[in-house]
Amino acid sequence: MSLDPDLATALVEPSELPPEEPGRLAVFWRRFRRNRAAVFGLVLFVLVVAAALLADVITPGDPLRRVAQPLTDPFTNPVAPLGTDQLGRDILAGLMHGARVSLMIGVVATLISVGIGIVIGAVAGYWGGWVDDVLMRFTDAFQTVPSFILLLALVAIMGASLESIIFGIGIVSWTSPARMVRAEFMSLRHREFVEAARSLGQRPVATIFREILPNALPPVIVFASVIMATSILLESALAFLALGDPNHASWGNMIGQGRSVLRSDWYVAVLPGIAILLTVLSFSLMGEGLNEALNPRQKK
Amino acid sequence: MRMPPILAYALRRLLQAVPTILIVMVGTFLLMQLAPGDMVDALVGDMGGADAAFIARMRQEYGLDQPVWVQLMRYMGKLATFDFGWSYVYEQPVSTLLLDRLPVTLALMAASLTLAFVGGVALGAWAGRHAYSAADNLISTLGLVFYAMPNFFLALLMILLFSIHLGWLPVGGLRDIAAFHTGWRLWLDMAIHMIMPVAALSLIYLAFYMRLMRSSVIEVSELDFVRTARAKGAPEGRIMRHHIMRNAMLPVVTLLGLQFATVLGGSVVIETMFALPGIAQLAYNSVIRRDLNTLMGIVFLSSLLVIAVNFITDLIYARLDSRIELR
Amino acid sequence: MSDGAPVLEFRDLTVALPPGSDRPLALDGLTLQVRAGEIVCLVGESGSGKSLAALAAMRLLAPGVQVAGGTIRLDGRDLAPLSEAEMRGLRGDDMAMIFQEPMTALNPQKRVGWQIDEVLRLHTDLDRRARRARIREILEEVRIPDPAGAAQAYPHQLSGGQRQRVMIAMALVLRPRLIIADEPTTALDVTTQKQVLALIRDIQRGEGAGILFITHDFGVVAEIADRVAVLRRGELVEQGPAAEVLNRPQHPYTRALIAAVPALIPPPPAAIPPDAPVVLKAEGLDKTFSARGTLFGPRRKPVQAVRDLSFELRRGETLGVVGESGSGKTTVARIVTRLIQPDSGRVLIGGEDFAHAKPAEVRALRRHIQMVFQDPMASLNPRKRVIDLIAQGPMIHGMKKAEAHARARSLLELVELSPAAGERYPHEFSGGQRQRIGIARALALEPRVIVADEPVSALDVSVQAQVLRLLADLRARLQLSLLFVTHDLRVAAQLCDRVMVMSKGEVVETGPTAEVFSDPQHPYTQSLIASIPGRDWTPPRVALETEGAP
Repeated sequence: MSLDPDLATALVEPSELPPEEPGRLAVFWRRFRRNRAAVFGLVLFVLVVAAALLADVITPGDPLRRVAQPLTDPFTNPVAPLGTDQLGRDILAGLMHGARVSLMIGVVATLISVGIGIVIGAVAGYWGGWVDDVLMRFTDAFQTVPSFILLLALVAIMGASLESIIFGIGIVSWTSPARMVRAEFMSLRHREFVEAARSLGQRPVATIFREILPNALPPVIVFASVIMATSILLESALAFLALGDPNHASWGNMIGQGRSVLRSDWYVAVLPGIAILLTVLSFSLMGEGLNEALNPRQKK
Repeated sequence: MRMPPILAYALRRLLQAVPTILIVMVGTFLLMQLAPGDMVDALVGDMGGADAAFIARMRQEYGLDQPVWVQLMRYMGKLATFDFGWSYVYEQPVSTLLLDRLPVTLALMAASLTLAFVGGVALGAWAGRHAYSAADNLISTLGLVFYAMPNFFLALLMILLFSIHLGWLPVGGLRDIAAFHTGWRLWLDMAIHMIMPVAALSLIYLAFYMRLMRSSVIEVSELDFVRTARAKGAPEGRIMRHHIMRNAMLPVVTLLGLQFATVLGGSVVIETMFALPGIAQLAYNSVIRRDLNTLMGIVFLSSLLVIAVNFITDLIYARLDSRIELR
Repeated sequence: MSDGAPVLEFRDLTVALPPGSDRPLALDGLTLQVRAGEIVCLVGESGSGKSLAALAAMRLLAPGVQVAGGTIRLDGRDLAPLSEAEMRGLRGDDMAMIFQEPMTALNPQKRVGWQIDEVLRLHTDLDRRARRARIREILEEVRIPDPAGAAQAYPHQLSGGQRQRVMIAMALVLRPRLIIADEPTTALDVTTQKQVLALIRDIQRGEGAGILFITHDFGVVAEIADRVAVLRRGELVEQGPAAEVLNRPQHPYTRALIAAVPALIPPPPAAIPPDAPVVLKAEGLDKTFSARGTLFGPRRKPVQAVRDLSFELRRGETLGVVGESGSGKTTVARIVTRLIQPDSGRVLIGGEDFAHAKPAEVRALRRHIQMVFQDPMASLNPRKRVIDLIAQGPMIHGMKKAEAHARARSLLELVELSPAAGERYPHEFSGGQRQRIGIARALALEPRVIVADEPVSALDVSVQAQVLRLLADLRARLQLSLLFVTHDLRVAAQLCDRVMVMSKGEVVETGPTAEVFSDPQHPYTQSLIASIPGRDWTPPRVALETEGAP
């Protein structure tokens, strides 16, 4: 018979192992590093985080207090290196403390929305059937209400505290991660390795957490960078419309304030605008780098 | 008797929207319930106070003493007939108010989305075809920057440049009130007033569609049937037009419907900044003035608009993708 | 037939891969001729560079992959100096290509007629009516039922075989001098494959074109080739007339490859005592897939995947479930492993009804029946180490971690992998090694029955032989019973004691393998066996030279 052991083993398929590969983190970093834009994004992000961390060191005190003559031009007064607004508040201090607020809103709101999204998406995607039908109708309905308008309604009802704004942003942005997690779960639950685990006798909950979720997470992590960016944009738009929390420094609010002196002192509005732009840009760039590093099948 | 397939498909899609609308109705009701104080409180506050007996009678009259589910049924019945209640701030029915404001918002949306979609698809297709060239890098980078830009900041920069510095365009409003234009001059004047709002609203989404289309074109270009077309001897331009474009546009069209909600949300800021009397600006005003009836009317109406636009994009998609069986 | 002038000539063709690939040269000095009226089969395993030779001839190599030396001549004319526009003029007109997967090779958004018409519009001045007539003619020539209707159809509305006929029509419509077919029947069922091969043969006889036919399947080679060239990792190891190479291979690699092709003559069945216990029994299984419509969604036709199916599997026995795609054979495998539930019927494991057991009982019964999956990459969780993958089953069933790991390491040795492999992740292994890991995982629970769903169809023929040998070996050593699902009748012939032939959800014939293969009773079985490519060719039993192994 032709399954002759000598013949077959003589062919190819060595039993020895391929050479050892570097660790996962090293591979990940090497792939991420290849994308120069992503590295630039990472640098920007580190700068924003540094600004947030060092806010109390470099610009101690309440950023909303008056420190110098109103509308001091940038680079003219060492007390307020980037100038002051029409109430004499230090713009640099506002930028640094604003970074803190923006990052906090971005992180917490993203955790809330991704958390809700994972739960709903996982349940709908794993169980399918009528559970999926009901949850997806619900998600559809949520998605039809423009998120900013819903956010306005929530803030109008709950009041404009920082907590309710963060909560509101989380509530209005869970639908996209939910859809994404659902799609991942639906495709993963019929993959052979999940069926293999089932046929070993694994319980459904363990299958969800040990087999499916670790493989569904990478695209969700990439997507979280997008949600982080939109969260920051949503908050800044609220603050720009003077609907934010008045007790905290916020870039959006600084732009809103600067609008009235745009004609004479444009920098009051433009500086915080650039801060938002760069922060959001850093998330987009990093997200893209993450995507390329986590999904290597996508060719350059 | 048989219906044309596209009609049957449309009908089925419409039926699918029914549960969605019902859920939105319930959601709106729940939001109203969450709000501190009810309609009567608002009314009484408006009148500057009233005695307890009067308040109780009012509650009874408006059905607020009924169980919650009775109130819900009544509320849904009203929404279904476009009765959104009375605006105590504007002193008129909310539905009249919304109807007055709707055309401006629709015009802004239509112009912005058309510009964003057509421009984004065209630029994205070009960039995708010349992927990784210097020009593509420039376009893609600009796209990233615009996509990261808050729309109010973009609007501000445009005002700074085009109104304050150059003086070409008006800073806001729907028309030049002092000029008393009529006829085509009036339309022209309104169009000029819309340039900056439309640009500020659409550029960000234009960047978004461009990036999407670019990656879609790159992805489709690597598919087998494109290689088949090359094996037939088809030149690149023809391959782009006949084989890549339509396949690459499908995911972009899908997102057009979903993005409509986001653009509508974004127009709150734009309408407010440019003093355009649309429903989005009204949403802002009703938050400031705590006019909950109007706000909820806007929530419901904008959800209906989004459903309608999604319905239309679904039909377009069905026509574009031959794989969708209409039957 | 083969003394025409060369239509296609490769001389010292060298194709370079982009830096960082697993080897610098995809093709190293390939010299090969295809004469008019001749079918030359270029045979090789995956990664041999055979497809790149085809793409190089068409100048359709992916960016980064480039011709680094040698010449390619079409009808004696050197293609290297031609401009891109001149090449476009040749492609589709003088040289045409048929691809492997007709579903993806056709544009999903264009009607089939339009896609054929495109060739005519690009290369001829025919008017609309003449073009339409020609399309009609060529579709008739490739024997598509209802040619007029097919021209109006979109690719997804045709069957796989019809789509490949469309691809062939598209390639032939201008009567090219050279046709390059890249694995054109690999994606098709055997009966369809037989028809398509016959079609290519007939057309080639009629037109006198030269055909470069790329394949990995020696059965197909035996069916169609005039001459054969064997490629290994970019190097041509042997070429010659088909009869010579198939029956008297010279190069050790060719010999080993041919030796790995399972012969159609089944080995004597294992001696199974008639009183051997029945370990798995299926009774009256039914399964209908009713495509679940959404609330208002379109209703699709329910598909009856399995109808009134019963069988018995004794200890130490191997039962083959064979059939074409859509026959329901995979559904059977999924029902008996309880990945899906039957609508009615029972699955008895040691007398207990697995199909209707309570969840706790199901988990307990699962250890007796384990599965080996088709795609070794997809069936291993990419985020787990191999040792954890194998130890997972015993640990679920209550074994301590240390003990489970020890068992996993001994299982790795059993499947001929070093225990050090346990620390690696699945993506670090080759296809055959991964499948061996899959087998080790299935064995970890010491099951009585292994259900193998096409376990070797994703593997190259040489690796396939190795995995099959391992399975046969383990079966004997561990007294395993095997339910072996396959579309490949050659594989079934080698491994199975009995076979069960399925068509459209029903068993049409069942019996000892040797009997079914030598004297099929049911017309469907007869057509299936008649369709096995290279049926009349028996791979020669050749001795391997000792130094021959690569």
